[in-house]
Amino acid sequence: MVATTATDYPVRGTTLTIREITHRFYLEGQPLPVLDQISLQVGRGEFVALLGPSGCGKSTLLRLVAGLDFPSAGSVLTEGKAIEGPDPSRVVVFQDPTLYPWRTVWSNVALGLEARGLLRAHRERVEDALRLVGLTGFANAYPHQLSGGMAQRAALARALVNDPKLLILDEPLGQLDSLTRITMQGELVSLWQRAGFTALLVTHDVEEALFLAGRVIVLSQRPAHMKAEIVNTRPYPRHRGDPHLAELRHEVFAHLGLAAAW
Amino acid sequence: MSSSAVNEVSSGRTPARGFLGRSAARSLVAGLVAATAWLGVAVLTAFWSDTPESDWAYTGDLAAACGALAFAILLAGFAGVRFPGLHNVQRLSPWLIALALFFAAWEAVTAKLGLLPLPFFPPPQAILEVVIDDWARLTAGILASFRLLATGYFLGAVIGFVTGVAIGWSRLAGYWIHPVLRFVGPLPATAWLPLAFFVFPSSFSASIFLIALATGFPVTVLTWSGVAGVNSAYYDIARTLGASQRFLVLKVAIPAAMPHVFVGLFMGLGNSFAVLVVAEMLGVKAGLGWYLQWAQGWAAYANMYAALLIMAFLCSGLITLLFRLRDRLLSWQRGLVRW
Repeated sequence: MVATTATDYPVRGTTLTIREITHRFYLEGQPLPVLDQISLQVGRGEFVALLGPSGCGKSTLLRLVAGLDFPSAGSVLTEGKAIEGPDPSRVVVFQDPTLYPWRTVWSNVALGLEARGLLRAHRERVEDALRLVGLTGFANAYPHQLSGGMAQRAALARALVNDPKLLILDEPLGQLDSLTRITMQGELVSLWQRAGFTALLVTHDVEEALFLAGRVIVLSQRPAHMKAEIVNTRPYPRHRGDPHLAELRHEVFAHLGLAAAW
Repeated sequence: MSSSAVNEVSSGRTPARGFLGRSAARSLVAGLVAATAWLGVAVLTAFWSDTPESDWAYTGDLAAACGALAFAILLAGFAGVRFPGLHNVQRLSPWLIALALFFAAWEAVTAKLGLLPLPFFPPPQAILEVVIDDWARLTAGILASFRLLATGYFLGAVIGFVTGVAIGWSRLAGYWIHPVLRFVGPLPATAWLPLAFFVFPSSFSASIFLIALATGFPVTVLTWSGVAGVNSAYYDIARTLGASQRFLVLKVAIPAAMPHVFVGLFMGLGNSFAVLVVAEMLGVKAGLGWYLQWAQGWAAYANMYAALLIMAFLCSGLITLLFRLRDRLLSWQRGLVRW
């Protein structure tokens, strides 16, 4: 295991073990294999990216880790214990912000605390989370009044307010314009460094994976199996122009079978 | 090209600098025209004598009422100069003028010229007469109708809502209730009328049952479709954040379904009006529906028109109230239909 977190930051994340997971869907009675023998060990406070072609089953893997679905075979463990269902210590940020349109930004962020009956005692955590993502002035806005980037920040705040040990990011920046995306990538890194959670990111953006993660797992076409593991030891904050990142990118493209396009 | 653009800019600016603001002036003119039209109705009513064979007691009062309306419109027009909030007068004035013309024509062909046959087409003062002389019976009718409607509608809406949520949420509830709903729901509530009137101890309770039934069906179906149609990602989010089943129903499914629920409540309200009137005409010996029937029996057509008018105001008022409530509760939605 390569420790990629900056050591002067707190590490409160959990460990994650994915053990020989195989998963299939049934379409009109026909089994459709999605994941094939995937094993992965993620250390406390590590930032791991899963990279693969679209439709390869990355998001399915995240749903299994979140406890929203259960694998056909194999097991997922945190801190050595099998995952039995969704838990607020493992929070997902989806590609679509899916804020509740009938709630203001403030009450959207407060959702997790409210669901667990902690809101009364920890109201200040909502304000903190909003400040963390830079949405303090928008507490009373409704989701339809927000831009795409702001909505995704609100979704991030809704996850962070629960002080997760594992943050599961399902292409969270996929729908943003490229400028907002670059800004948010930087913010994500500093949030992760400050909070010390373990992060599991699904993306199909090679550059994003290399900019954010300490390890990039390259997955194959469906049914997904692990093709390669690329360790990125560059210190944070990283720079997009870093020649070492360009080399790694070349390597990743080769694993994805896109070496010619490079 | 550039000079014309300059012209546009400057000409766009000038009118606002007049003695009165542009919209204030418009409001005043609109108010004056509408007031004049209603003053015309008042003058026509007062100074053109009724047909010799008629004896309308309230011709003078009608003229006075029209005059008072003209004066009120005039006041609102002048007030609009000072208070921009009253510029509504301008928006309303085409309607006020059209109504004045309609009243004038109605007055002319009935009371003044006697062109339309009596008692089927009474003049406006006959309706005024009913409202003034028979107000006690009308008020009693309104209260009786309202009591019946409110009880039946409330029961139907609550039961329909709960049933809808149950079918939408629980597979078991869906299995048992759905077929019953499909079979019984489309039957018009009025078809139950003969049965209801001998099964229930009183015509009042029978009518409540019918109104509740008519309200309950659309509320159930739309609540159900609202709950069933909730974006499943909303549940995923809440579940990963530690939500219980109870939280998922109360804080996710129901708020997300509310826009549908309100469509159901709206349709149910329309249905309940229809059933209310039929029930009152056929069984209950009170209420505006009964009053209509009674007036028709006595060939008291002016009473019938008066009751119809009151009913229209009440039904429209209730629908407006429901829409206001919806606008309030669903202010988070964009592009709501305005009633």
